Amino acid sequence: MSAPTAPPAAAARQNRVSRTPMQWLVLGLCAVFAVVMLAPFLLLVLNAFKSGADYSSGGPVAWPKSFTLDAFRDYMSMVDFPRALWNSILISTVVAFAGTGLALISAYAIGIGRVKGSAVILAVLLLATMVPHEALIYPLFYGAQETGTFNTVWSVIIIFTVLQAAFGTYLLSSVMSTVPKELLDAAGIDGAGRWTILWKIILPVLRPTLSVLVVFFFIWTWNEFYIPVVLLSDASSQTVPIALSTLRGQHSIDITTLNAGSLLSLLPTLVFFLIFQRTLSHGVTAGSIK
Amino acid sequence: MRNKRGWWLYLLPILIGFTAIVLIPFVVNVVFSFFRWKGGMAPFRWEGLGNYDALLHDENFWMSFRNSIFMIIAIVVIPTMIGILLAAVLYDYIGKRFGSRIAAFLRATYYLPQILPIAVAGFIWSWVLDSGNGSINTFLQKVGVADPPDWLGNPDLALYSVMLMLVWLQIGYPVVIFIAALSRVDPELYEAAELDGAGWWRQFAAITIPQIRPELFIVVLTATVGALKVFAPILILTGGGPEGSTVVPSYYAYRNFFELSQVGYGSTIATVMSLVIFAVAAVMLIWQRRSERSA
Repeated sequence: MSAPTAPPAAAARQNRVSRTPMQWLVLGLCAVFAVVMLAPFLLLVLNAFKSGADYSSGGPVAWPKSFTLDAFRDYMSMVDFPRALWNSILISTVVAFAGTGLALISAYAIGIGRVKGSAVILAVLLLATMVPHEALIYPLFYGAQETGTFNTVWSVIIIFTVLQAAFGTYLLSSVMSTVPKELLDAAGIDGAGRWTILWKIILPVLRPTLSVLVVFFFIWTWNEFYIPVVLLSDASSQTVPIALSTLRGQHSIDITTLNAGSLLSLLPTLVFFLIFQRTLSHGVTAGSIK
Repeated sequence: MRNKRGWWLYLLPILIGFTAIVLIPFVVNVVFSFFRWKGGMAPFRWEGLGNYDALLHDENFWMSFRNSIFMIIAIVVIPTMIGILLAAVLYDYIGKRFGSRIAAFLRATYYLPQILPIAVAGFIWSWVLDSGNGSINTFLQKVGVADPPDWLGNPDLALYSVMLMLVWLQIGYPVVIFIAALSRVDPELYEAAELDGAGWWRQFAAITIPQIRPELFIVVLTATVGALKVFAPILILTGGGPEGSTVVPSYYAYRNFFELSQVGYGSTIATVMSLVIFAVAAVMLIWQRRSERSA
């Protein structure tokens, strides 16, 4: 590491010397913008650790007189948070893996198998990703009641597995059409069947794209609002975001309690984001593959 | 691989799923839109196109579509324009002169609101914008503004307050996609432009924008569809008020379904909304294919 004579390091140093006031100004502006973007989060943290009395005397922008966990305790006493957390983890995990798996086998038939009418199927699946959930919700609501899945996590799991898989199929079929044909032909000559080729050749080749899909499906499903709010009205089946928003409707609740609840509700996605940050930044571009 | 028919076995699960979760509900919803129905056990009354006729004369409905245009400004126009500029600044200004770590950190900061559950984002903003003890007004009072505005309670202002939150929510998406797009642009293009004496702005307009057109299109398309569907921010921040000034189509459908028990009418709104979305997306896709061919 200690190679001051190496050309790249020298170039970097030179670059550093030549920074103009203009460059610092641009960096400063970007930093100010970052602070503005973060401000709502900072306010949330600041007020989640205040006592209710401290909040009403000092207001939302004052520094807390003392740090307390009262607001968190209050929130936990009003909402079965561990239960909501479990529901969210269960729903998002199952949807992430089942949705990706379903997309994988469907895209296999379209991207590799090139079944007749592939283009039509893809167009229809694309429509499925665009259709507003309002146009499905009432029939889905009755469907869930008929099948006994209303107020259970399973209604939401089934619905989002299909909806995410529709998007995944669209994305994966275009990725699969780039898999070299020689690879598949070689396997075919060796006598491998379709199912074997999918598992032994396609899956390993596509692993990076698939992991991006799993991460995205997990976060998207975790944050879903409309369908869960309608189908999961019972506290025992609610997800983390829905539990928070149901509580908000009741007016007598302290702001600090809601702050603590919000902080608890965003923590899982934040942790997930930090762990998979690299995958995500690759992944957002995956959405632009055509 | 000769037996083509065997492939359909692989498509069977998604076709069944699509039929059950999207196709049938969508068709049933369209059928509902031809009836007057209060939901549950209430009787169905055939209306024909009556609901659609009522919709055309419904002031609230037209208001909701007018507001959709404001949603497009807040979700597509502003974030895309700021996003493209921020991405270019982060990628070839900050990244090259201050190191890619600082650029990556700033990028992650801008992206953060995108991973937030909307229920949380909605709570934060309804509290920040609150007229009585919201952070913005508390701050304004401290610096001497005697009568700060009622951000969400004033019908002339509420829509813009909602738009402010939407810009904040959305901005990270174009920034991240455009940065990724810029990383695949050939640096030689910029070097050649530099030799010709083109400045930063000139390069931005002549090289950057044309080179990242595919990503630009994806962002505009997905964000437009998202803007036409926007729901949760309205439900959480304003509930469509004050005086219906922030109603959007999805919220209007929701209100008819679950608050006014006018299921038939709600279905009509949802159907029209879907058709508008499909039409807008189709126009954009066709336009893109054409311009790709002519390029």
